[in-house]
Amino acid sequence: MAFNLFKYSSPASFYPLAGKMAPLFYVLAATLAIVGLYISFFVAPTDATQGEAYRIIFIHVPAAWMSMFIYIVMAIWAGLGLILNTRLSSMMAQALAPTGAMFTVVALITGAFWGKPTWGTWWEWDARMTSELILLFLYIGYMSLTAAIDDVRRADKAGAILAMVGGINVPIIYFSVKWWNTLHQGASVSLTRSPSMAKTMLLGMLIMAIAAWMYSIAVTLSRVRLLMLEREKSSAWVQEVLEKKS
Amino acid sequence: MNWGSLSNFIDMGGRGFYVWGSYLITLVCIVFELVLLSRQKSALWQRLTQIMKLNKQG
Repeated sequence: MAFNLFKYSSPASFYPLAGKMAPLFYVLAATLAIVGLYISFFVAPTDATQGEAYRIIFIHVPAAWMSMFIYIVMAIWAGLGLILNTRLSSMMAQALAPTGAMFTVVALITGAFWGKPTWGTWWEWDARMTSELILLFLYIGYMSLTAAIDDVRRADKAGAILAMVGGINVPIIYFSVKWWNTLHQGASVSLTRSPSMAKTMLLGMLIMAIAAWMYSIAVTLSRVRLLMLEREKSSAWVQEVLEKKS
Repeated sequence: MNWGSLSNFIDMGGRGFYVWGSYLITLVCIVFELVLLSRQKSALWQRLTQIMKLNKQG
């Protein structure tokens, strides 16, 4: 029997699947975070120039990556919802936004905590920091806009347009350190050249990044389940779910 | 990485405030998100089951 992916594009069949998958991703996230933290604090050496303050990057870099990546995924889901009018796509976009915003806050705050001892300032209006702050406003704007419009379909459409237009900000954040002469340093890890850091540091950072991925998937699945219940509350499958529970 | 003692570990080469501050804030953000989600979940369940009961009585 062929695995039918499209079967899961309907909330009725995705709801139980998401319910089964979420715990698995929470466990993976926690396990990887423990391993990643162990490497970050007990295996990775002291940085020659930054001392111990560099250990902030084990959360700062994964959080910053996730903040951008989640935004792209959110904009794609929102766009799919707009073009194909699929119910689940818009719900996925809405489920991702709070987690993306959370990682943006973490990236900004940990960046400030790293900047103070390293650059001597909590904040500078440099291109990367400013564009990351704009990313936070985009998330907040998207969440407020979709929450403010009562008609769900109109809310989805308006949100999708905002999310897609705002998408232009992500490459700006990513390339800001190349395009402008900024205070923020260039990428330590890049696909085109070998990383400019010790192997164990890189390993710790990558494991923390995968943990952040797993966490994001887990939380998004949990949240999308609530959105499915809420939006489809009068449908037969939600009534069945409620009957079973009570 | 051998820290030698717990106080060295906490001190983080004089950067303890910044390092542990970052990790603490991250933890607070994650816990905040999870607590919010679980509260939303119980509020939604409560509301939906109430509606279901009312519909049955109706």
